[in-house]
Amino acid sequence: MKRLVTGPVPAFVLRRAGATVLLLLALSLLVFALLYLAPGDVARNLLGTRNVTPEALAEIRARHHLDEPFLQQYWRWLTHAVTGDFGTSIRTGRPIGPLMLEKTGITAATAGLAFLLSVLAGIPAGVLTAVRRGRWLDRVLVTASVIGVSAPGFAVGLLLLYVFALGLGWFPIYGTGEGFFDALWHLALPAVALALGLGAFVVKLTRAAVIRELDQDYVTFARGRGLPEAATLRIVLRNAAIPIVTSLGLMVAYLFGGTVLIEVTFALPGLGSLMEESVLFKDIPVVQALTLAVALVVSVAAFLVDLSYLIIDPRVRARTVRR
Amino acid sequence: MSRTSNAGRRRIPVVAILSAALLAFVAICAIAQEIIAPNALEQDIYLGVVGGGVEGHLFGTDQLGRDILQLSLAGARSALLGPLVVAAGSMLIGFFLGTYAGYRGGVVDMLAGRYADLLLALPAVLLAIVVAGLVGRGYWVTVAVLIVLFSPSDVRLVRGAVIEQAPRPYIESARVLGIRPSRIMFRHIAPNIVPIVVANLLLNVAFALVALSSLSYLGLGVPPGAPDWGRQLADGRQLLGDNPLAAVVPGVLIILTATAVNLLGDWLSDLLDRRVVAR
Repeated sequence: MKRLVTGPVPAFVLRRAGATVLLLLALSLLVFALLYLAPGDVARNLLGTRNVTPEALAEIRARHHLDEPFLQQYWRWLTHAVTGDFGTSIRTGRPIGPLMLEKTGITAATAGLAFLLSVLAGIPAGVLTAVRRGRWLDRVLVTASVIGVSAPGFAVGLLLLYVFALGLGWFPIYGTGEGFFDALWHLALPAVALALGLGAFVVKLTRAAVIRELDQDYVTFARGRGLPEAATLRIVLRNAAIPIVTSLGLMVAYLFGGTVLIEVTFALPGLGSLMEESVLFKDIPVVQALTLAVALVVSVAAFLVDLSYLIIDPRVRARTVRR
Repeated sequence: MSRTSNAGRRRIPVVAILSAALLAFVAICAIAQEIIAPNALEQDIYLGVVGGGVEGHLFGTDQLGRDILQLSLAGARSALLGPLVVAAGSMLIGFFLGTYAGYRGGVVDMLAGRYADLLLALPAVLLAIVVAGLVGRGYWVTVAVLIVLFSPSDVRLVRGAVIEQAPRPYIESARVLGIRPSRIMFRHIAPNIVPIVVANLLLNVAFALVALSSLSYLGLGVPPGAPDWGRQLADGRQLLGDNPLAAVVPGVLIILTATAVNLLGDWLSDLLDRRVVAR
């Protein structure tokens, strides 16, 4: 562990961080190009269906810097975005930064809750299926996980709403609630709907990773030497950790895709709903800002996953240090 | 896997048979939509929403008075056709680009790799929502967007499989014999990566089915009023109190169909994998 702080490891970290920044730059260019992908004139969209004089159109263009060349516009947008200034929303007329910030809480709470649920349920279930491979419990859980992976969150969400909110009345139908416990109660169904797909994915991945390790020779040897099963399993789990952690990083991306649909289904006023409304309204500055924010979070998650290898696996640590 | 006995290899699991049967049913509905659900789009505004079991409407009607059963059966077409095209299209791109990038390397390989990095850094569904929403609404536009978004992972998959094949003796001897690279790529290597391609194709169909219905659910896929399960769920969300079946029936259908495709895909990839290992 000491070697983590000195010597070549920081160089590896720096290299990886540089690659992340480059990727983000490329993505930001792609995201900015969205403006040009959208058919129709942005200035006209801004004015809505009102009758427009050419002067008014030119004035709008000048105010939003739409008359400048593409790269100049991109540079202006990027330098502002870095400082957290994403411009103003066309639909609401409000600055985008604060607009996004006030909606982040709900999304972060729902996604965080879903992440926690899926990991806490998925990893033990995955280990259990791997240890009991081929038994009925394994088969039931594996089939259930295929259903979980296949079922779209919004369909599951609607079914949950119907059964637990409308039918049984255990949970509120809409709204976000006041205070911590009330909010938790309101976010329970959305989080479960989001967590089901994720959890199933975690089960599948954990099962595959643990089975791969259980088939290794060292396990046979450890068992042959009479090592207690619990001790063997501990070694197996540590070795299986790398692919599992990698998938947890990938799940962050999945969470953001799913949260749009879940928030729309449960009418939660979070970032996902904001994204849906902005896309339907063609509120492009907001769409750009949100897409870039997601790209940032996903890239940082991938970066952290790569760093965590260094801590989890001494072999990876040795390899990167030697290089 | 050598662990599996010979007896286990012959028997087709019940789950696979059930999945195939369900998919066959959905496929028949998709092909013979006009015969099976001729009145799917017939509206009855005066009737409006009614619950299940009312005068000839087994599952009730939606807000336009359309029969939920017929509408759901008719929705099979957009649920199958688009995903099949997405999976086939993205695999076609993945197959040619991936084979070339994997065998030849160089600039194509580099560009394909960076392109994949770029697209995989964003959640596919989210990107599909953004692009489909901004570029235009419509079923086939959405299908095209999904082909582009799905192709990077297929390129990666095929490229990896080709790189694994390339150093093997049969390729080396083919090269020594002076066979043209294009012939080596598509006559020698291609047959050996077919199992991976086929297994992945089905998994992609399931993924595309979920993605397409998600977009329709948000109002980006099919035009308003068209029979589509995602669209039905979006409409049914407002009707949960009056006729919950308007949302439950298409919801269950999406879940069952996607699960069946995935189960079949898993079974097929196990089977093909085993054959590759046995060879």
